[in-house]
Amino acid sequence: MLSVKGLRANVGENEILKGLDLEVGPGEIHAIMGPNGSGKSTFSHVLSGREGYEVTAGSVTFEGRNLLELEPEERAHLGVFLAFQYPVELPGVNNTYFLKAALNSIRKARGESELDAVSFLRLIKEKLKILHLDDSLLKRAVNAGFSGGEKKRNEIFQMALLEPKLAILDETDSGLDIDALRVVADGVNALRSPERSMIVVTHYQRLLDYIEPDRVHVLAKGRIIRSGGKELALELEEKGYGWVLEQGQAA
Amino acid sequence: MTSTQAVDDIVRSEYEHGFVTEIESDTLPPGLDEGVVRAISARKGEPEFMTEWRLKAYRHWLTMPTPHWASVHYPPIDFQSISYFSAPKRPEDMPKSLDEIDPALLETYEKLGIPIEEQKALAGIAVDAVFDSVSVATTFRAVLADAGVIFCSISEAVHDHPELIKQYLGSVVPHTDNYYAGLNAAVFSDGTFVYVPKGVRCPMELSTYFRINARNTGQFERTLIIAEAGSYVSYLEGCTAPQRDENQLHAAVVELIAMDDAEIKYSTVQNWYPGDAQGRGGIYNFVTKRGDCRGARSKISWTQVETGSAITWKYPSCILRGDDSVGEFYSVAVTKGRQQADTGTKMIHLGRNTRSTIVSKGISAGEGQQTYRGLVRISQRAEGARNHTQCDSLLIGDRCSANTFPYIEVKHPSANLEHEATTSKISDDQLFYCRSRGLTEEDAVSMIVNGFCKEVFNELPMEFAVEAQKLLSISLEGAVG
Repeated sequence: MLSVKGLRANVGENEILKGLDLEVGPGEIHAIMGPNGSGKSTFSHVLSGREGYEVTAGSVTFEGRNLLELEPEERAHLGVFLAFQYPVELPGVNNTYFLKAALNSIRKARGESELDAVSFLRLIKEKLKILHLDDSLLKRAVNAGFSGGEKKRNEIFQMALLEPKLAILDETDSGLDIDALRVVADGVNALRSPERSMIVVTHYQRLLDYIEPDRVHVLAKGRIIRSGGKELALELEEKGYGWVLEQGQAA
Repeated sequence: MTSTQAVDDIVRSEYEHGFVTEIESDTLPPGLDEGVVRAISARKGEPEFMTEWRLKAYRHWLTMPTPHWASVHYPPIDFQSISYFSAPKRPEDMPKSLDEIDPALLETYEKLGIPIEEQKALAGIAVDAVFDSVSVATTFRAVLADAGVIFCSISEAVHDHPELIKQYLGSVVPHTDNYYAGLNAAVFSDGTFVYVPKGVRCPMELSTYFRINARNTGQFERTLIIAEAGSYVSYLEGCTAPQRDENQLHAAVVELIAMDDAEIKYSTVQNWYPGDAQGRGGIYNFVTKRGDCRGARSKISWTQVETGSAITWKYPSCILRGDDSVGEFYSVAVTKGRQQADTGTKMIHLGRNTRSTIVSKGISAGEGQQTYRGLVRISQRAEGARNHTQCDSLLIGDRCSANTFPYIEVKHPSANLEHEATTSKISDDQLFYCRSRGLTEEDAVSMIVNGFCKEVFNELPMEFAVEAQKLLSISLEGAVG
């Protein structure tokens, strides 16, 4: 479904990704872990098409399409979704209105009919129920004045509504207390499906206690230096990144 | 798309309403002297008192210097090169129905998306359509007459209601007020007159669509609205103009008078030609708008959405004379390309427990320059006066600018004033966030800008709010920060 080969990317003069390879199959959840500055966020941003990154080599193919030549909104139309590490505030823009516009632009791009207000509200209610969220966030402006937990929950809610084929969760656990973490993780788990792949980018093993990955990868210095099953995350938690970095150098 | 490219796109975006209707105009040759003032008065068949009123204003105007304090830049205006009167040529009499109106004119309105035929059927809006300088169509007069509301051109009012004109014209904005108000008083061509009698709630929204069409013709509108005790009226003013080469001077004067317990709501959507990419040929909009809350508990509310003109110089103001009177100013102003705007409001608190609210939203894109200039004055007598001011600027791109000059004068210790101001940019983060959810860059900008302006749009009558949003989207097409 997603195939990343030899991906190299710069920010300004600095090369951040130095030949990254990753294969994600349908319905799989891959965790990408790594120390600060390893290139985790750069990877999320390059996948979703953010400006400011220069891809110098390699390829990213999503369902047979070259993702790198597409605009961010075109990637969204194909079903790529990025849950932001720092969700952005849009003062004055009503959350429901925003979600409806987003969903309809995606539907339109796929040649589906746009949802009217009534069907949209019905859909929203259904999704709120799945995620066990109340509707208080919907009446407010997008992320404006939201707490850290509310912002992250709103991201997961957007994901539920837009039903992506590939969701990238960029440090969704950062800044969350344990209760908020559980709510967000429950949401993510509720959205697991054989048609939906996920890349969970995280610093700590903690999140993976709640979202069980199929594969765990360690990203360091712009490359994936080690991959394994979920037990790799536990090993990392125990021994620290230093262990795997040394091993990486030895190998 | 880089932001520089994107901003260049807005600057290049063509004016949507740029077309000139071929129509024969009965136009005076350029130039201004007492003879021209008399000729204008004569062509309009005005009574002696009006001619004298104009001449007095003209003589005073000659003694006034042109103002230079506003933060706008333009070459000196040659007042002798402007033609001061232009009326669409018509048969002997004023048309009685739409059938009698020049079809080219009706077509112009249709291009603007405001066909009068539809307007008549829609939403009960009476349209006093101003094409160039003379009103050519007035509808719903009968319904209004039943309610006792007078809604006509100011020329008609001079003939039919001279007592009201004598009493009120120039009583809020005297000809001595400022340079352009003086000029307007001397040469005003036409405009709107509204009189709402005591206790009457005007049965419909009154609306005038202004349009500047004849080449090289200054347009000097004069509007006078009087709301007697306990009455209510909502007035909508909307403007568009065809594309043209020369700069056009527009110096309107609007006077509002609200007696005890009366309320006037004045809404404007302004979309005059802003000039080409170099800023050539746009409208100079030098307007004096002022409302006088003469009566106790009276209320005057200005709401404006300004997207057009090369230069805007405009401060819709309220004189809060009556005790417990209320003044409001809600504004969205957009400058893009080479547009310049120096706009804001004045709230003059004279009466006790007077209240005012100012919400100003400025949006600058391209090389647009925008200044908010506002005055809140609490006089010695204005015990318990309150003001809340909120001035927000939104910048799109990195070549535009926004300034805020709030003037506050307080002469009573009980006054309560609040002032909030923010300046923000549409950030790359915001755009990326929207785009990663599937929205195009344009939709994202439009959504963020509309969110920014929401408080003001909420104050507009429904049909105007829709028009305003559309206008804003058209204005900011391709505008990305």
